[in-house]
Amino acid sequence: MRFESPSTVAAAAALLAEPGARALAGGSDLLVQMKSGMVQPAVIVDLKRIAGLGEIRETPDAFIIGAAVPGAALREAKALRKAWPGLVDGSKLIGSTQIQGRATVAGNLCNASPAADSVPAMAACGAMAVVTGPNGSRTVPVEDIPVGPGRTSLAKGELVEAIRLPKPPPRTGSAYLRFTPRTEMDIAVASVGIALSLDADGTVTAAKVVLGAVGPKVIIPEAAARALIGTRADAAALDALAAACSAAATPIDDKRGTKEFRIRVVGVLARRAAEKAIERAKGK
Amino acid sequence: MPKDIATRTFKQVGTRPLRPDGIEKVTGRARFGADFSMPGMLTGRILRSPHAHARILKIDTSAAEALPGVKAVVTARDFPETDDGLHDIRMNVMAREKALYDGHAVAAVAAVSPAVAKEALKLIRVDYEVLPHVTDVDEAMKPSAPVLHQHIFTANESPAAKRPSNVAGKYEFGHGDPEAGFRKADHVIARSFKVEAAHQGYIEPHACVANVTADGQGDLWCCTQGHFMVRAISAGLNGMDLSKLRVTASEIGGGFGGKTTVYIEPVAVALSRKAGKPVKIVMTRDEVFRATGPTHSASIDVKIGATKDGRITGAFAELRYQGGAFPGSLADMGAMAAFACYDLENVRTIGWDVVTNRPKLAAYRAPSAPAICFAVESVIDELARTIGMDPIDFRLKNAAREGTLSSYGPTYQAIGLEATLRALKAHPHYKAPLKPGQGRGVACGFWFNFGGQTCVSLNIGLDGTVALSVGTPDIGGSRASMSLMVAEELGIPYEKVRCIIADTASLGYNDVTDGSRVTFSTGLATIQAARNAIKVMCARAAATWGIPEDAVEWVDGHARPTGPNAGNFEPLSLADIAAQSHQTGGPIAGHCEVTAEGAGVSFGAHLADVEVDRETGAVKVLRYTVAQDAGKAVHPAYVEGQYQGGAVQGIGWALNEEYIYGHDGRLQNAGFLDYRIPVCSDLPMIDTLILEIPNPGHPYGVRGVGETPIVPPMATIGNAIAAATGVRMTHAPMSPPRILKALTENQAGT
Amino acid sequence: MALHVKTNVNGDAAEFLCEPDETLLDALRDRLGLTGTKEGCGTGDCGACSVILDGRLVCSCLVLAAEAEGRSVRTIEGMAKGDELTTLQRKFLEHAALQCGVCTPGFLVAAEELLRRNDNPTEEQVRYWLAGNLCRCTGYDKIVRAVLDAAKDMREHAHA
Repeated sequence: MRFESPSTVAAAAALLAEPGARALAGGSDLLVQMKSGMVQPAVIVDLKRIAGLGEIRETPDAFIIGAAVPGAALREAKALRKAWPGLVDGSKLIGSTQIQGRATVAGNLCNASPAADSVPAMAACGAMAVVTGPNGSRTVPVEDIPVGPGRTSLAKGELVEAIRLPKPPPRTGSAYLRFTPRTEMDIAVASVGIALSLDADGTVTAAKVVLGAVGPKVIIPEAAARALIGTRADAAALDALAAACSAAATPIDDKRGTKEFRIRVVGVLARRAAEKAIERAKGK
Repeated sequence: MPKDIATRTFKQVGTRPLRPDGIEKVTGRARFGADFSMPGMLTGRILRSPHAHARILKIDTSAAEALPGVKAVVTARDFPETDDGLHDIRMNVMAREKALYDGHAVAAVAAVSPAVAKEALKLIRVDYEVLPHVTDVDEAMKPSAPVLHQHIFTANESPAAKRPSNVAGKYEFGHGDPEAGFRKADHVIARSFKVEAAHQGYIEPHACVANVTADGQGDLWCCTQGHFMVRAISAGLNGMDLSKLRVTASEIGGGFGGKTTVYIEPVAVALSRKAGKPVKIVMTRDEVFRATGPTHSASIDVKIGATKDGRITGAFAELRYQGGAFPGSLADMGAMAAFACYDLENVRTIGWDVVTNRPKLAAYRAPSAPAICFAVESVIDELARTIGMDPIDFRLKNAAREGTLSSYGPTYQAIGLEATLRALKAHPHYKAPLKPGQGRGVACGFWFNFGGQTCVSLNIGLDGTVALSVGTPDIGGSRASMSLMVAEELGIPYEKVRCIIADTASLGYNDVTDGSRVTFSTGLATIQAARNAIKVMCARAAATWGIPEDAVEWVDGHARPTGPNAGNFEPLSLADIAAQSHQTGGPIAGHCEVTAEGAGVSFGAHLADVEVDRETGAVKVLRYTVAQDAGKAVHPAYVEGQYQGGAVQGIGWALNEEYIYGHDGRLQNAGFLDYRIPVCSDLPMIDTLILEIPNPGHPYGVRGVGETPIVPPMATIGNAIAAATGVRMTHAPMSPPRILKALTENQAGT
Repeated sequence: MALHVKTNVNGDAAEFLCEPDETLLDALRDRLGLTGTKEGCGTGDCGACSVILDGRLVCSCLVLAAEAEGRSVRTIEGMAKGDELTTLQRKFLEHAALQCGVCTPGFLVAAEELLRRNDNPTEEQVRYWLAGNLCRCTGYDKIVRAVLDAAKDMREHAHA
């Protein structure tokens, strides 16, 4: 086993192309997997010494979150928190204060857990993953990175270098809610990320609804977004939203919750998240 | 009762000084189990069965033994079977013919590094024949169930059991005729309950270092609730003489009953002896969950009848407890504790002790009582509601009192149940307004408490300071309590006393720290040892003054002449007498060896407000109050701590904590992420009310307080949920999926 | 192959050899003899191994020892100045905020970092900040009180 800490993305990509190489960002998943014997990397590639990857950059039309930025730094980034509170809702739920000091949203994405908290939140906000590999860079919607539990669409040698979030249109609100039995230190049993925009009258003009922990990867039910668009998110629209989310969920029974429970609760969460997103869109 | 208990005023007992081991613990210098090291020490690791039930056909350790850096490998062959009464624990420490649960130890290695040890485990080849398994108590009792042990025939059954089964024993208690009682009742409520197994969840995994030579002499350091017990079993399993193995208890990072037995210690001893080097074994958290003591899981039927004016006429409970792969589910104790809170004419309980393919049960704080309390107190609550009586009034009307014949046999002396119930009723919490969706629950609970074998030694230093050696590991501040009792009795400042936990070679035998026994029995022995030292000091003063010994009394830390003819002498302080001791007869000490009786039963009552999210089944505990009789609170801050900690463990079990088994019989949630003990943000402050109804069996009136606090919470929370939702939960933990399902079914039914 | 790591622990230069997959927790305990940092789970779920790494509260069981190269680590052993306890340490003793004490170093390290960032936290903020530190003995009541009281004391002291 080797430990490498390259100083450029290109060097990291070259190392990650080696057999048995694993990227280390926050380490909160990788070290647990190593401890349990689930993975035994031949090369551990620490991304935290690559210049720029530990920063959040703001451009006129986007926020760019480096792959090594821990969750705690997202919470401290005021402009980002104001623009996409839903994303911060999600990232701040990844583990405890201690985990927040390490875990990154890029890592959360690449770990490809169906219950990852930041993924529905990011996807709802239209986040793109900046993927760099031996053959250059590409930008893909975050929801296209995980393809199933523990599996990603990344090719050998590719890494997610950053997450790119567009600046939101006016009167946009976002929220992420999950259900866990404990208030903290838990894995989502069901979760919902929502981002929506209103016109001046309060009618929903655009919406993206993303479900987590109720399928092998995030589910983006078009019917859920349609239930909101064109309405003022009144009770009937919210009921339709909840029903559409429950209908789209394809969860399993496991130690964290029953199938039946997840289907019900994902609808409840969708309604509550929508209400929160609307409030935020209205500037409340 | 000694005359002075009720009226005695204490100078130091009842105050809140800083604990003597405090600075070490806030600076990181205290040494817990895993903090011991020795030069040349090897790392020990244990190979565990991945199967719930499997015959071990063959274990081939040759490849592991051949790996460079491996110094010893042991299997069951290294723990030969002898007729010594340690059959079950020997088989639990290392599987013999069969692996009986997921996580059962099958072999162990000692190697020069953790990495080599880990590699060696992979090289051990075990051929298993996987057998059908059973982990549920009701399933295990069926005639068709796979049978774990061919030698278990149900005890106490008539006619006698003819074929082996998983039912190890049947236990019955009670008096009167419950059926006749039910006929006199206006209301009879019968319900069935299930309670899943919980783990003690101590934060410190089991850890030990053994350093044993081939001639069977050695040392063992470990985190345990009872190092004399560790010595007995570790020496026994390794064929060593008791006194040649010295066991030293480290600081202990929580136990709650889970460290009242052994797992790795005899293995470390065997590895060290074989390797000729010290060996350290530290369990991983995964091992702690898979292989160490969870509680029983339970299936319970309860039936209680009462008249419309609130008098219970008959009570019955049947308890089916599984305690893992060996007998000892404590169904007998559960059956004894079931109705201990009530004064009943007609009561009967039956307990069934059942084995399953789960790790062997270890004690957990009032072991057996929380589950049966959940069942009984839920039905009591429902009866009170049915009759339309205040739930505290209903309990008061039927409460056990001094002179009550308990349902398990003894007649109670002075007890505190009534006082705790009245204290709760008078507390502002009981009258505080509730909002819609919120509910309030109450429940009471009982624990026997225990005394047991105890030995202490108290030595007076030449400078007038006092060293106290006790043999019961300090699991939550007992050194502070012991020092307070010494200071009180001798009349010297608390700071002049140092209490240590002596090793097994330095003190006589002591039972383990369990049964809420330490403040009671080690305290009782400590007070007696101090009194014995006082006798010596009075004799020295008498000799100095040339007066009879009985003309000297001990007052406020001084020997004084007393009586009309004693003469007029300046009192001699403890320090004065100590300073002269080399000229007056040598060292001064006090000892006590005792089997402490009269532990004094304990009662508590809890009150909780909860809010239930009807759309998700989530329960938030808004407010919680514990009232309990402490007899006499020696160090009230640590008494409160026991109340709060026990209550929160009970809340965790009530809401989320459970062992979850897959269809393959393997534990699904062997970690703190999915075995969900409460976190700080889950909880409100826990209010406490300390009642002091002196225990006649202790010189200061002390009762153990450690265990009772975990008994009522599950029922208290269940009753609060019922008050908030109108739905009675009968399956604990009352997790969100279970609550949401019950709410849905209730809605569908109405 | 063993790695040579140079780092700073509690203000002092420290160096050690470690395996590539060795955690910072194991290096602190086994290489540097700093056993005040405890292992309760090894998976970041209990907080007993909390340390401050370059100003961030982390679980040292989820940090590779090799990552500490050139960084600074603060552990429980760095808290008291000689025989002078910090306000937090003192308040933990005064409030009886520990029973067995094995979670205590982690709580102190975490709570100190909270008070460095927020000198006047609410009870709720304390509870959520400390949600990653498990305590099985106390029910958290006295811990939360000790932290709130320490904060009050420190504010009064700062303004005095």
